Amino acid sequence: MTDHPILEVENLCTTFSRGDTALPAVRDVSFSLGKGQVQGLVGESGSGKSVTLRSILGLARHYGEVRGSVRWQGQELTTMTERQLRKIRGREIAMIFQEPMTSLNPLLTVGTQLTETLKAHTDLGRKARRDRAIEMLDHVGIPAAASRLGEYPHQFSGGMRQRVMIAIALAASPKLLLADEPTTALDVTIQAQILDLILKLADEMSMGVVLVTHDLGVVAQTCDTVAVMYAGRVVEQGYVRQVLRTPRHPYTEGLMRSVPQDVPPRTQLYSVPGTPPSLFSLPDGCAFAPRCQAASEACGSARPMLQDIAPGRQTACFHPLPATQDDAA
Amino acid sequence: MTQTVMKIEDLHLSFPVSRTLLDVVQRKPGKSVNALNGVSLELKQGETLGVVGESGCGKSTLARCIVRLYPPTSGQIHFDDQDIFGAQARKDRTYNRRVQMMFQDPYSSLNPRMTTGDILAEALRVHEMRPEAEIAPRIAELLDLVRLPQDAAEKLPHEFSGGQRQRIAIARALAVEPEVLIADELVSALDVSVQAQVVNLLLELQERLHLTILFVAHDLRLVRHVSNRVAVIYLGRIVEIGDSETLFSAPSHPYSQALLSAAPSLDPDDKGAAIQLEGELPSPLNVPPGCPFHVRCRHVTDQCRKVIPELRALEGRGEVACHHAEEINQHA
Repeated sequence: MTDHPILEVENLCTTFSRGDTALPAVRDVSFSLGKGQVQGLVGESGSGKSVTLRSILGLARHYGEVRGSVRWQGQELTTMTERQLRKIRGREIAMIFQEPMTSLNPLLTVGTQLTETLKAHTDLGRKARRDRAIEMLDHVGIPAAASRLGEYPHQFSGGMRQRVMIAIALAASPKLLLADEPTTALDVTIQAQILDLILKLADEMSMGVVLVTHDLGVVAQTCDTVAVMYAGRVVEQGYVRQVLRTPRHPYTEGLMRSVPQDVPPRTQLYSVPGTPPSLFSLPDGCAFAPRCQAASEACGSARPMLQDIAPGRQTACFHPLPATQDDAA
Repeated sequence: MTQTVMKIEDLHLSFPVSRTLLDVVQRKPGKSVNALNGVSLELKQGETLGVVGESGCGKSTLARCIVRLYPPTSGQIHFDDQDIFGAQARKDRTYNRRVQMMFQDPYSSLNPRMTTGDILAEALRVHEMRPEAEIAPRIAELLDLVRLPQDAAEKLPHEFSGGQRQRIAIARALAVEPEVLIADELVSALDVSVQAQVVNLLLELQERLHLTILFVAHDLRLVRHVSNRVAVIYLGRIVEIGDSETLFSAPSHPYSQALLSAAPSLDPDDKGAAIQLEGELPSPLNVPPGCPFHVRCRHVTDQCRKVIPELRALEGRGEVACHHAEEINQHA
């Protein structure tokens, strides 16, 4: 979407296997990301958003088969060895995980965990590392940073721990941040603080961000572009404004309409009938067809491909919803 | 709508924290977590009362107190003019039947080794709702009520999705024909599209069975949608309570204002004038003196640091516990 994308993901497929059955967790996911851009991946649980993130960084290949291409500043990540990847992880691409409670080591002080990253990825001396650690904690808004370096994760609250995670992720000034539901475990007031922080830092450090979330409100408030995923595939992607204002895929529309906003109180909410399909038994055609009201016979037998329907806007549907004038904006 | 079914008066609950050996040696007094610090509210016949607040504010504790899972340290809950913690009421199990609770986690609140049929039958037998012969037809009726297929009775919980499990939980609660339902984060663990299905079911059942619901949740949009009245809880105290639409469109307490403005809007262009709250919820181990919100409040004065504000009615709004509610809302 920009002239020089820093990250290009093309036809990414990740398959897990259980016994003899292959589970297609991610199928043909493609997107690209420019400097300082925020890309959202949104979908329900099991739609493959987190696996996509893990596949980008080469974490998923330990337990699944990853195909397709992930180009990071021209380098192909999927064929790199662990050794090569280790130089990129943390230094150029950093990741924040969902649970700040479990992703910090409870036995090491926060300071040790922060300086460890710096030791691995920078050539700063001991004193400089400590200063940088204090600076980072300060940056993410932890009061009395110097005195808290010696404290353990359990002495921090959930929001503070997530800040520590962000500080660790950003310590080596990465150019890309992969954030897997960074605020899901937090309260709305803290969520607003953390999202603001990520956006501010992305702006200051002109860092690209891929944000995985299931909350459409978070997408609307933070992302530039968004990809909506369903059963491992991207069903619709484009600029946030267009996708959320005038969804063209029935699933995106269903998601938007199930959020109780601007509906008369205590009336029946719109709900997408049925439940998401299990990866064990994906339908032959469009995965959404059994729940879709616009589904025709074609949807049951053939799978719609992701196609351009407007500049920078793609959808995978045989019967996309009509465009409105808003779409041109 | 006017008849009060449940009256909660000045409910306090504190959990003692076990003293460490060091504390004993140093002769430090034992500490306690003050989960509820004087909650008073009334539940009216047929209404849905939403309870919102950040995690750790005591909303789940309140729900659990109401179903007698926790005995309060002080304060009373009256149901049908009877103190539910009184000796008389304790012997009487009808309260347990008339007030039913549904839990947040659909994966741990159902016994994994019992079929749906067993789960429902147990509830029916314990409260002697039906003679043995009528249990099977009643189970079929209940499954129908929550729109689960009839073969669900033979299945174990792991065979269901999260949304279906919550339907089983609703069926179990409704099996004993309760008057009040306590829904503690009933749909929080579900995906949006499934969430809507369960909420619709709940609204419909409430209408049909004339249920009174206490709806505890942290999703503000959802609470606004289902509730008639809403209570905002902060550190174990109600800071604002009132009509749902009034409260959501014009919150009066500075905390409610910040909480509501923090919910991200679905409109990308509505970046909103989010009121940023400084810091986080103080630990309930040491609740600040005076107004519990004063450490994070923009309008704090000396009075707030010393005197605990009482809930009082504000003209045209609900009840607010803030010393400066009038001044704050004048500018708004």
